[in-house]
Amino acid sequence: MPSRADLWSIGPELWLAGLGLLVLVVDLFVREGRKAGVGALAVGGLLLTLIPASTMLAWEPRTVLFGAYAVDGFAVFFKVLTVIATALVILASMDSLRTRFEGEFYALLVFTALGLVLMAGSTDLVLLAVAIEFVSLTGYVLAGYLKANPKSNEAGVKYFLFGATASAVMFFGFSILYGLTGTTNLYDISARLKDAPAPALYLAVALMLSGFGFKISMVPFHQWTPDVYEGAPTPVAAFLSVASKAAGFAALVRVLIVAIDPVRVDWVLLMAILAAVTMTLGNLLALPQRNIKRMLAYSSISHAGFLLIGVAAFRGDFGTPGLLIYLLGYTFTQLGAFFVAVLIGAQLGTDDIPDYAGLGRRAPVSAFLMAIFMLSLTGIPPTAVFVGKFYVLAAAIDNGLLWLAVVGIINSVISLYYYVGVIRAMYVMPAPTESPVPEPAALQVALGIAGLGTLVIGLYPQPIIDLAKNATLLLRL
Amino acid sequence: MLSLITFLPLAGGIIILFLPKTRQGLMKNVALLASAATFVLSLILVAMYRIGQGMQFQEIFRWIPGIGINYHLGVDGLSLPLFVLTALLSVLSVVYSWRIDTRLKEYLFLFLLLETGMLGVFVALDFFLFYIFWEVTLVPMYFLIAIWGGPRKEYAAIKFFLYTLIGSLAMLLAILILYFNAEPRTFGVLELIRQQPLSGKPALAALAFWGFFLSFAIKVPMWPFHTWLPDAHVEAPTAGSVILAGVLLKMGTYGFVRFSLTLLPEAFKQYAFIIAVLALLGIVYGALVALAQTDLKKLVAYSSVNHMGYVMLGIAAAAAAFGDPSKAQAAATALNGAVFEMVAHGIITGALFLIVGVIYDYRAHTRGVNEFGGLGVRLPVYTGISTLAMLASLGLPGLMGFVAEFLIFVGSFGIFPYLTAVAVTGVVFSAAMFLWTIQRIFLGPPNERWTHLPDMDAREKVALVPLAALMLIFGIYPRPLLDVINAAMTTLVSLVR
Repeated sequence: MPSRADLWSIGPELWLAGLGLLVLVVDLFVREGRKAGVGALAVGGLLLTLIPASTMLAWEPRTVLFGAYAVDGFAVFFKVLTVIATALVILASMDSLRTRFEGEFYALLVFTALGLVLMAGSTDLVLLAVAIEFVSLTGYVLAGYLKANPKSNEAGVKYFLFGATASAVMFFGFSILYGLTGTTNLYDISARLKDAPAPALYLAVALMLSGFGFKISMVPFHQWTPDVYEGAPTPVAAFLSVASKAAGFAALVRVLIVAIDPVRVDWVLLMAILAAVTMTLGNLLALPQRNIKRMLAYSSISHAGFLLIGVAAFRGDFGTPGLLIYLLGYTFTQLGAFFVAVLIGAQLGTDDIPDYAGLGRRAPVSAFLMAIFMLSLTGIPPTAVFVGKFYVLAAAIDNGLLWLAVVGIINSVISLYYYVGVIRAMYVMPAPTESPVPEPAALQVALGIAGLGTLVIGLYPQPIIDLAKNATLLLRL
Repeated sequence: MLSLITFLPLAGGIIILFLPKTRQGLMKNVALLASAATFVLSLILVAMYRIGQGMQFQEIFRWIPGIGINYHLGVDGLSLPLFVLTALLSVLSVVYSWRIDTRLKEYLFLFLLLETGMLGVFVALDFFLFYIFWEVTLVPMYFLIAIWGGPRKEYAAIKFFLYTLIGSLAMLLAILILYFNAEPRTFGVLELIRQQPLSGKPALAALAFWGFFLSFAIKVPMWPFHTWLPDAHVEAPTAGSVILAGVLLKMGTYGFVRFSLTLLPEAFKQYAFIIAVLALLGIVYGALVALAQTDLKKLVAYSSVNHMGYVMLGIAAAAAAFGDPSKAQAAATALNGAVFEMVAHGIITGALFLIVGVIYDYRAHTRGVNEFGGLGVRLPVYTGISTLAMLASLGLPGLMGFVAEFLIFVGSFGIFPYLTAVAVTGVVFSAAMFLWTIQRIFLGPPNERWTHLPDMDAREKVALVPLAALMLIFGIYPRPLLDVINAAMTTLVSLVR
């Protein structure tokens, strides 16, 4: 039986599970048209999760539930990140989704958040597999949430087909690891892998990468991303591009750094090459996009490449903390960009970048924030993603991967072109009409928080740096 | 004090953001007040400055202690003249921009943000902070060109942005290489200069050097990285061109002197000859291409390529003399000339772009050199100031440009005699170009099309007369400015030796 202390340690997870159920039940009693209240309940509940989660920052790292689940700085960091991202996404969707199933939507988001939190904390392959499947299932439903919209249906089915295949391949990789070591615990695996045959190990790593690669949209497992982002409701796309990707990275980092010794399997070089390819391909494909969601999808692929630099260059003070700082900054920035897309999609009924023309005059606050998000995604200081890029580039140099840093900067320059395309549309191209675009309150709050996060992390990153350093200090135990 | 001056324009800009759209007069006054106060404070700074005492008015605060980043500002004889020049050109540009009426609020905000970025670049003594200021200048400049620019504004704006961003990121790599080789690791410029982290590591030093080089050379711009310049200068609105030519280009040469020369003296010495040849190509190419232009603004733009070539020749000569005490005097002279030319070019070319703006923006709406003729009769004041500025630019003794070029040539002749000999021919070409231009525009039979043109109004005089006066004053009596520069350059030369 798990001890009482164990239960206390998974308090946030239990609270999230309870919150999801509560939202489902409350939804039954709320009339259609007032469902935003359900969303507010979910947001409030999510924010309450931050209280126990943040007290855990001061705890000694430990594992609970017979070593299957970690309560360490790393897991707590992702708890906080996931909860903030989910709350912001719910805030942003409250004004744009007016359907009968709005309440279920919020419940599904809360459940997904639970799954993502579990992914980040799992130190056991079985629990990890279950968490990934949990997240995937709710994700498929969310992507196909707009029942009447064929594109959304397509997104759901595509996500499902890709996801199921990737998961299956990954589980095959897990099973090889289990076969080699006779255990599913990551720390035990790392201890017993010393004399496992190298070819089998390589195979296991390659197979596992397909699953993680799918979650983080790493080339060559990225093809689903633009179609799903385009078809899924925009808040879901925002959620997938941020929270789901973050949890994917959490699982990837934990499995690779904890279990697989890079001396035995040279995954450093593999990750570096994948990072370079992912960045470059994502960027080049983003260049011709006219649809903002597809553009952000390809750009999110390219950012996955940048984040992979942090995985490849994990040694030293910059790699893994850099990855976390990048993820947090990227979360605020990317969410903000998607929220503007939500606003325009809901108010103007379009996702085409040329239709953003004149937004600088029609919705000055949102356009100004969007400009900041675009510059942040490019990596122009003083913004959050700049700090992240600074860190991962520093990590690459620190780890002797200078070529990877060069690929990174070339890609930053390429990316400027399509990000500035959005700014150009908003500020340079003439507006078709001068009528102001209505800016709903909840969405504005979400946008404001995203903008604030982007700038504050950019100007004063020290607290985040401390947090990220603590989170990664004891990862290897 | 430095922080106050640096962020004062931004504060003004933020106030303007919150003013209602209809209060245009108020917005202009706030902008004028902010930039004028900045300028006055920078003059007070000059009065309080003590020549020969190294870095002054330093401010240092812990910012991101986790990785050794401080908020560190300071000025010396290299940055002080450029700092004041920035404040001066900014306030004059605000005065000149009085008639901007499209999207005034955004214009003024961006302009003041740009001023803060530029001031910050010259006083930042921590690489992280420096990099932020450096990048902050890009964004408003992009908007200024893209929104208020000429017919091909969007192309010019994105080209400018892309080019300079490549350079910036290359510099970021160089900065990181320096950081990881320092012990203890730091982004502090003074500390890095003291440590010389890459001395004795030629391969890394070369990498870092070319990283910095790419960034600064694009900014200067050196041949063959100059292609963004004619586009950006020609398409930018007048005030934007003034700032671009007057200040932004100096950020590149400032970087060479402040960082490449002091942090990587060995690598710079090794490649100094290559850079001198590139500078020479810039000198000759810039002058020849300018000679062929019929668009007045393009002509001035290419003359910038020519003049920045002189600056780079002086800097490269100083770098080549590293470690050779017999050439120290020549090196110091060349450097003095280079820094003096930075200031001189800022004043003269700033004035020239204003002159182009006066005739193009509100009068003739054409810049074709051949379409004018005999304007001297119609616009006496305008003709006088234009002629003065053009003569200053071609290096007529008694005006500011001559002092600078003379010092550069004297200094670099002792180090690169043959290159310098060829470079002097550039002066002949630029003299030909400007004299011919004066002849075509102001002399000859009056063109009937322009009989109705009014002469300069009070606002334009306020913008131009101070610059013309400075050209003359520093041309005849360069001593006060030279003393400031010389003290800093002597320290700098002795520091790396």
